[in-house]
Amino acid sequence: MTDTAPRELPLQELAEVIIRFAGDSGDGMQLTGDQFTSISAALGNDLATLPEFPAEIRAPQGTLAGVSAFQVRISDFAITTPGDAPTVLVAMNPAALKAQLHNVVQGGALIINSDAFTERNLEKAGYESNPLEDGSLDGYRSYPVAMSQITRDAVAVHGVKPRDAERSKNFFALGLISWMYTRPVEPTIEFISKKFSGRDQVIKANEAAFQAGYNFGETAELFESHYEIKPAPLRSGEYTNVTGNTALAWGCVAAGQLARLPIFLGSYPITPASDILHDLSALKHFGVRTFQAEDEIAAAASAVGAAFGGALAFTTTSGPGVALKGETLGLAVSLELPMVIIDIQRGGPSTGLPTKPEQADLMMAMYGRHSESPMPIVAPRSPADCFDAAIEACRIALRYRTPVMLLSDGYLATSSEPWLLPAVDSLPDIGVEFQKGFNGTNEDGEGIFLPYLRDPETLARPWAIPGTPDLMHRVGGIEKEDETGNISYDPENHQKMVELRAAKIEAIEVPDADIAGDADASFCILGWGSTWGAIDATVARLQEAGHKVAHVHLRNLNPMPKDLGEVLSGFEKIICPEMNNGQLVNLIRAKFLLDVKAVNKMNGVPFTTGEIEAAALAAIEAP
Amino acid sequence: MTDTPMRTQPADWATDQEVRWCPGCGDYSILTAMRMLMPELEVDRENTVFISGIGCAARFPYYMNTYGMHGIHGRAPAIATGLAMARPDLDIWVIGGDGDMMSIGGNHLIHALRRNVNINILLFNNMIYGLTKGQFSPTSEVGKVTKSSPMGSLDAPFNPVSVALGAEASFVARTHDMDRQHMMDMFRRAHAHKGTSIVEVFQNCNVFNDGAWEGITKKQNRNANLISLEHGKPIRFGVDDELGVIIDNGVAKVASVADVGEAAVLVHDEGKTDPSTAFMLSRLARGPFEPTPVGVFRAVERLEYATSSTSQLAMAHNEKGSGDLESLLRSRGTWQV
Repeated sequence: MTDTAPRELPLQELAEVIIRFAGDSGDGMQLTGDQFTSISAALGNDLATLPEFPAEIRAPQGTLAGVSAFQVRISDFAITTPGDAPTVLVAMNPAALKAQLHNVVQGGALIINSDAFTERNLEKAGYESNPLEDGSLDGYRSYPVAMSQITRDAVAVHGVKPRDAERSKNFFALGLISWMYTRPVEPTIEFISKKFSGRDQVIKANEAAFQAGYNFGETAELFESHYEIKPAPLRSGEYTNVTGNTALAWGCVAAGQLARLPIFLGSYPITPASDILHDLSALKHFGVRTFQAEDEIAAAASAVGAAFGGALAFTTTSGPGVALKGETLGLAVSLELPMVIIDIQRGGPSTGLPTKPEQADLMMAMYGRHSESPMPIVAPRSPADCFDAAIEACRIALRYRTPVMLLSDGYLATSSEPWLLPAVDSLPDIGVEFQKGFNGTNEDGEGIFLPYLRDPETLARPWAIPGTPDLMHRVGGIEKEDETGNISYDPENHQKMVELRAAKIEAIEVPDADIAGDADASFCILGWGSTWGAIDATVARLQEAGHKVAHVHLRNLNPMPKDLGEVLSGFEKIICPEMNNGQLVNLIRAKFLLDVKAVNKMNGVPFTTGEIEAAALAAIEAP
Repeated sequence: MTDTPMRTQPADWATDQEVRWCPGCGDYSILTAMRMLMPELEVDRENTVFISGIGCAARFPYYMNTYGMHGIHGRAPAIATGLAMARPDLDIWVIGGDGDMMSIGGNHLIHALRRNVNINILLFNNMIYGLTKGQFSPTSEVGKVTKSSPMGSLDAPFNPVSVALGAEASFVARTHDMDRQHMMDMFRRAHAHKGTSIVEVFQNCNVFNDGAWEGITKKQNRNANLISLEHGKPIRFGVDDELGVIIDNGVAKVASVADVGEAAVLVHDEGKTDPSTAFMLSRLARGPFEPTPVGVFRAVERLEYATSSTSQLAMAHNEKGSGDLESLLRSRGTWQV
């Protein structure tokens, strides 16, 4: 191209765009998506992201199994989901196009690295003919760009070998998309020099590729316009962009400070929970001790030991890990010690879908230990909410001296949203007192310590930690005598202890049910956990269409809000979308004898707004 | 030992709970040894914790007037590791049997040993499952006839000292329930050791495996079959002290000192960094019917786990200052709306 003067392309304003970056798992799509998200956040857009990883670290290059994708939705209005279907797909190779095309809206834009469409790559992706040529992309606006070649040319002047040069092509794509959506160049240039600090040649190559992509958009007569998305009217304040797992890690740290207790994490690496272990391991200056245990059981057991010693103890895992920890969690129930188990749910059973979300551990959280072993359950509803949910789980654990299950999932774990930072001094004080002295007397009138004498208000037992003079006592998994904690096989005592443990959990104070949408509606969508965003967006759509809809979303699943039965009984029809086969529905039916209709999805992909909307309309219209 | 009165008496370490092992169980003498040792150690009851798993031995914490936890089967080393990391100031003892430690908890045992966290593990080895009423255990001999192995067990047994040395434990010792003084010596050494110490205690289960260790621990058999390891001394034993241990072609063997000469007798060095010689010694006996070493096999210094963890916390603190929540929440960049 000889004429490099910028062409005057029309600038078109959009309310939102949903872009999906897709490429080989080695192509740097997550990095590209993350950076586009950061720039857009700084511009004041509302946003939501949905990364999608293959289960294999590096599946064979160019294959469908190796496709890694990152969806980001940016908007000039408030949003709660990453969007149902991308309007723009960036496909770095044939496999990415083939794996993702079906997600893209009809008429959507496809920005394709045409250099990757070699015979060999087409074959690896399972294409019989080249989709760029055979008309199969006719329903879309397709923009083939020779990304590899232009990147190589742009980078060559910096003396980078052609093979290494091509690695920068994700920055070319980022440059091109940055131009298309009028994102500023400087933040990415800054990001590159920070990210690759100390590797000058890599910095130069990536910068050159990024600039080349940006300039290509401006100069190539390929695009008919570029776009602008104005800032969203978000509440004013200071924002950051967090994933659910990072928010959980920060919530754990915050809880430690709010309780004035040192933090201990016992964990065994497992997808998609490992990031919490990574994040907390880097926060040792907060007094956080992390212990990478030999297995899931040891991870939980070490947390029990640390809790006995007076730490705020956590164990993080996913479903298979919770299954392994079951007996240890039963011990924690019996010992009545505070700890928090964080389960980042994924598809199962067994190894299942390690990188895909599911909400199918609810029954395991409720009942997945032998015998009567009640455990409070808290479930965050969005990535940022993970922070507050972690504090809430710790509050319950400490106040009631009980293990608490926090149920997040793979969707919340890896997706992100802007988070209006809370004022740290507005966070609740969740501190509790250790037992310091005797709490009873023997028949001779001497002071004694009764480790299972309960607080009449909370039914919690005293937390007396080793090192406290006079309060030496033994706890164990064998049934204990009420008050003394001594071993007891007495039948009536066991009945009493089972009932006391149940009563303690049942009486935990949790907030009342919150009705969003139309409180006077006869139709309600009930949800829990990560379906919140999609249900919230559905409610908005239905309201726009003139329907009255209520939305009740549960954060406390055990115990449930005290007024939940009454609230739900006020609706004529209730549907409950869950990424499982109807687990909350079963709990609600059993507890309140209410005919809640299940809407189930178990394909490893979060609900779209469209899916819930369709189910809601069907229910509304049903006789 | 000085003349100053001890801070506590053995009775102070006993609880009001009735000890419920079978009459005649070897566990009683171990409990007595522990209660007698405690005053000598000049430690406080409130800073002492006994942690156990499941099994007969695992009832031990209920009988010590300290802090204690009777956990679940096999997991005591993992529970203790968490406690020792959270509370490096405590004296932590882990009590378990051969089923608890070598079978269901084998994984936790070897990992505790390799990490070298500051806990003292006492492994009561009676070569049988007692609490479940007499099945063969991971230390039972091949061919052991029990209710679950009516035609004899097929499993080759673990040798706990060999396993511990293989896991590179920094302190490994062995004693038996018929010699209180020796038990107290070994427990004292274990307590003094910084890091994970493991002491195998040959213990008699008089109900399901009575007399299993008699071939070596009964008074009249001890001279012939118990080899007392003492640091810096030639390893000699025998009714007339006529036998010694030699290393022959990489294998520890018993030889007549008269035949091989005094110079050939192995001088015990518990402080050897390389565990190979200690391992050879652990292989000397195939079972409780031939000369078997007791005493400290290995006592070497290695970095203690919780101490290292604490220094990382201190290092991070020095580098980054005291953690500030406000700045943590802003650490990934922020923007104003």
